Amino acid sequence: MFLTQVLNGLQLGSIYALVALGYTMVYGIILLLNFAHGDIIMFGSYVAWIALVQLGLNPAIAVLLAIFGCVVLGVLIDKVAYAPLREAPRLSILITAIGVSYLLENGVQLLLGADAKVVPSIIDLGTVQVFGSTLSGTALLTVAVTIVATVVLTLLVQKTRLGKAMRAVSEDMGAARLMGVNVNSTISFTFAVGSALAGIAAILYSMAYQQVSPTMGVMLGTKAFVAAVLGGIGSIPGAVIGGLIVGFSEVFVAAFGLSVWQDAVVFLLLILVLVVKPTGLLGRPVTEKV
Amino acid sequence: MATKNTTKLIRQESPNLIPERDLGAIPVLQAEHLGIDFGGLTAVNDFNIALGPTEISGIIGPNGAGKTTVFNLLTCVYKPTRGTVMIDGYDLAGKSVVEANHMGIARTFQNIRLFNNMTVMENIQVGQGSHMTSHFFEDVLRLPAHWKQEKESADNARDLLRIFGMENLANNLAGNLPYGAQRKLEILRALATQPKILLLDEPAAGMNPAETDELMENVLKIRDDFKIAVLLIEHDMKFVMGICEGLAVLDHGNIIAKGTPEEVQNNPRVIEAYLGKQEVR
Repeated sequence: MFLTQVLNGLQLGSIYALVALGYTMVYGIILLLNFAHGDIIMFGSYVAWIALVQLGLNPAIAVLLAIFGCVVLGVLIDKVAYAPLREAPRLSILITAIGVSYLLENGVQLLLGADAKVVPSIIDLGTVQVFGSTLSGTALLTVAVTIVATVVLTLLVQKTRLGKAMRAVSEDMGAARLMGVNVNSTISFTFAVGSALAGIAAILYSMAYQQVSPTMGVMLGTKAFVAAVLGGIGSIPGAVIGGLIVGFSEVFVAAFGLSVWQDAVVFLLLILVLVVKPTGLLGRPVTEKV
Repeated sequence: MATKNTTKLIRQESPNLIPERDLGAIPVLQAEHLGIDFGGLTAVNDFNIALGPTEISGIIGPNGAGKTTVFNLLTCVYKPTRGTVMIDGYDLAGKSVVEANHMGIARTFQNIRLFNNMTVMENIQVGQGSHMTSHFFEDVLRLPAHWKQEKESADNARDLLRIFGMENLANNLAGNLPYGAQRKLEILRALATQPKILLLDEPAAGMNPAETDELMENVLKIRDDFKIAVLLIEHDMKFVMGICEGLAVLDHGNIIAKGTPEEVQNNPRVIEAYLGKQEVR
């Protein structure tokens, strides 16, 4: 029983972590809290639903389409809504992000209706018995996918040329430009990676909850945002740790029969961490130069 | 592709900034009637300069004279209000900062702007970036082409570090380096972009006399090894006089004198700009 709860916490935490990684990467490079990020996940889930239910496609193709759809949408949002505001005050782009979020939610609602749709099981992994606990295959897969995604992302950012360009742009965009780094394509690439993670999260979320609705991204996005800030926004390991903390606290609060308090506990945690360490658990302290 | 301006360097009027060996070459950097206004204020006006392919020259002048503004114009950070800049005969008009760098101009900054949370090696590799052709999937999947490229890039970076004897610092974070080493790393990062012209904004600022002497030798060595032109802004007169073949003196956005270091030193307008007008009683 305890093991099952731990796995549930890991599963939910993994999904939050994947979404939080998308928040943290975009924030890291252009200091934008991309409030539309949760809605990209909603979009990805709908792509999967259309592919599976409306078009009756093979689940593997549906998964690829959902991830690809998220990548295209993420890059498009940056090009259309954010790129023209690169030199504008940060508040303008933040408000635009909120606007994009509403546009996506209401756009999908207009086209496909406000009611939740049922996503059929993408792949049935059954259950595994470990030490007398029943563990769901989907949960195990979710955790495994998140571990792989985090490792690949870390390698990408630390070791590759594009990763180095990303870190350079995030530290000093002007200096990076003068060193010949193509800043626009580096930012597009960051959105593409963050959105691909959102696509993966969309699939894992659909597998876990088997339904999609136009507003599903709101709470998911907010919780993941809390996770990113809790872990220290801009930090990759921070996003993963933050996601796991949020996931675990939700699952364990519910396990104690206090599920109405789930959300309150998450936000309370955020407040406590920010009071003690305003930069988040792994965030770098900002030192003002005098 | 823009058409190439093939004006050759000639000794039009003596004195000018072009060293003997570069005469007859296409100027690697040429600014004509360059100027910029900020609101109603003219920050730089009628700035003309032609730099030979292996020339080391300097821009000097009192604080606020517009020297760094000239660098920002030459690197396309600012769009000029008037005039043109040409690199190796190609017009820079309408080019972005990135394109200007790819065309062959690289710079350092008056207030050091390294990528502090990246290692010394990584700082140089960011500079190399635009000249490497490795692909994303190869990078992620760690294919042989990636390794080959990584090795080439690291070897190349180490060669650069050797210029300043900084090989042993390769894995330190740039932000943790001592001040002098940071200034040198900025020069190496700029060199990694394979420029034709290197712009140095106060390279000797904050260095002690021994470090300044060493830097002087190294700038000459860089010029000789890489066969590039160097244009620098510097207040340390020993450095400027010791290394520059030509000097332009800027005051209130205008060039008030041009010539060899000796000629400039004795120019009454230069003395006036630096020390103020002598009172006649």
